[in-house]
Amino acid sequence: MENEQRIGFTLNGERVRARVAARQHLGDLLRLEFGLTGVHLGCEHGVCGACTIRVDGRAVRACLMLAVQADGAAVETIEGLTESGEIADLQDAFHRRNALQCGYCTPGMLVTAAELLAETPRPSREAIREAVGGNYCRCTGYHAIVDAIAATAETRIAATAEARVAASVEPAEAGR
Amino acid sequence: MKAPDVAYARPRTLDEALALLAEHGEAAQPLAGGQSLVTSLNMRLAAPGLLVDLNGLPELTGIAEAGGVIRIGAMTRHRDLAASPLVAERLPLIAAAVPHIAHPAIRNRGTIGGSVALADPAAELPACCLALRASFVIRGLTGERRVAADDFFLGLFETAIGPGEILVAIEIPVPGADAVSGFDELARRHGDYALVGLAAQGRRDGVGLGDLRLVFFGVGDRPVLAGNAAAAVAAGGVKAAQDALAADIDPADDVAVRGATRRHLARVLLGRVLGRMTGEA
Ligand SMILES: Cc1cc2nc3c(=O)[nH]c(=O)nc-3n(C[C@H](O)[C@H](O)[C@H](O)COP(=O)(O)OP(=O)(O)OC[C@H]3O[C@@H](n4cnc5c(N)ncnc54)[C@H](O)[C@@H]3O)c2cc1C
Ligand code: FES
Ligand code: FES
Repeated sequence: MENEQRIGFTLNGERVRARVAARQHLGDLLRLEFGLTGVHLGCEHGVCGACTIRVDGRAVRACLMLAVQADGAAVETIEGLTESGEIADLQDAFHRRNALQCGYCTPGMLVTAAELLAETPRPSREAIREAVGGNYCRCTGYHAIVDAIAATAETRIAATAEARVAASVEPAEAGR
Repeated sequence: MKAPDVAYARPRTLDEALALLAEHGEAAQPLAGGQSLVTSLNMRLAAPGLLVDLNGLPELTGIAEAGGVIRIGAMTRHRDLAASPLVAERLPLIAAAVPHIAHPAIRNRGTIGGSVALADPAAELPACCLALRASFVIRGLTGERRVAADDFFLGLFETAIGPGEILVAIEIPVPGADAVSGFDELARRHGDYALVGLAAQGRRDGVGLGDLRLVFFGVGDRPVLAGNAAAAVAAGGVKAAQDALAADIDPADDVAVRGATRRHLARVLLGRVLGRMTGEA
């Protein structure tokens, strides 16, 4: 019960420690202490979505979680997600389809899109719109973003189908 | 903006949390999902001395059915309501309402307890709880009490939860096999707080609807039970209910829309929801 506390958490796969003021939100901690400036801050009251990161596997607003609350959690930012290659296809689709211009909304948009695709492998365009409706983009007009997410969904489904065919062939081959 | 200086505690048990609230009095405030409270801190609309984080309390989690009642722990997140097979099957009203609350990342953190404790008059879950005749389980240092939904919402951002108390769970009587519900809202953008919304719960009664609870949100200082409209359905159908609604709600003008517009939208919404519930649509 202090105004400052020591915390430890996993940040993009690495164990880290920090001394934080209770008043500090997680977005500021990640930017100021750890230099993860891919955590963009727009409104700091949950509305714009630019700060959206992943905590314990779920998309959350970094501006609405206190840094002290990250104690013991697994935190992933766009830097970690990029390095792991987990969303490389999604990032590639954003690039190819011009789904970013200034890029301010992009890290949050990608985290939101990644969660949508993990939960709904083939979302309708309406569902994609609803999901990204909580992330402001002042540049693209959203169409290219919706296209990029829909395209990634199709590519992944095709890849899964191919993998399934390959897997069903292999055991038979092996059994011969 | 940045939050003001504040102290923080993450108690491990409910008793510990209650003791902290008692010790620090008015200065202490429970922190649930933080999706409204941290917003207020960042905007410096709130400046508590101590935040008592409820996120580590096992007593406040879980959704379970027992003895004709579904008990939803206060720290159940909007996301967990959406994912619960029990909620989908037994409480379709809540299942229908949750996707309208904010956006995925906010639903991942925000809780039902936080939503009803905040009592935003335009929020979905308080209206659903009122329509479903929920009962609120409130714990203080001296013990536990239950408050019926009709007595829980006292005004703008005001509830029956007293100083030093924590909302532990929401208990909802399981609707019967003949239950029927309806939900809809009008917002400028999906996920925004509603301009006008309606949560309706009743049961099929021959060709009509019985025990009907029509709860409007976004039209007053708290969720509003439209008793005249509900009574009129039985007597004269949807049109009669729409006409009777004028006696139930009296929305004021505000920065978003005029009261008259809200009144009109409420009427439209009532027609839609009742139409769907009675199959007249
Ligand atoms: C951009 C945005 C859009 C939103 N849109 C909507 C919307 O459309 N509809 C909607 O309903 N909500 C909306 N919300 C609010 C969101 O649903 C909140 O999560 C919710 O209102 C509060 O829940 P919480 O768990 O985050 O509570 P917190 O923010 O942690 O707490 C809210 C208040 O309740 C008190 N409190 C919390 N839990 C308890 C408890 N167990 N006992 C006693 N007191 C308690 C706190 O002290 C605080 O005063 C939105 C939020 C944002 C940021
Ligand atoms: S900075 Fe967090 S939502 Fe805008
Ligand atoms: S690309 Fe500029 S805000 Fe989205």
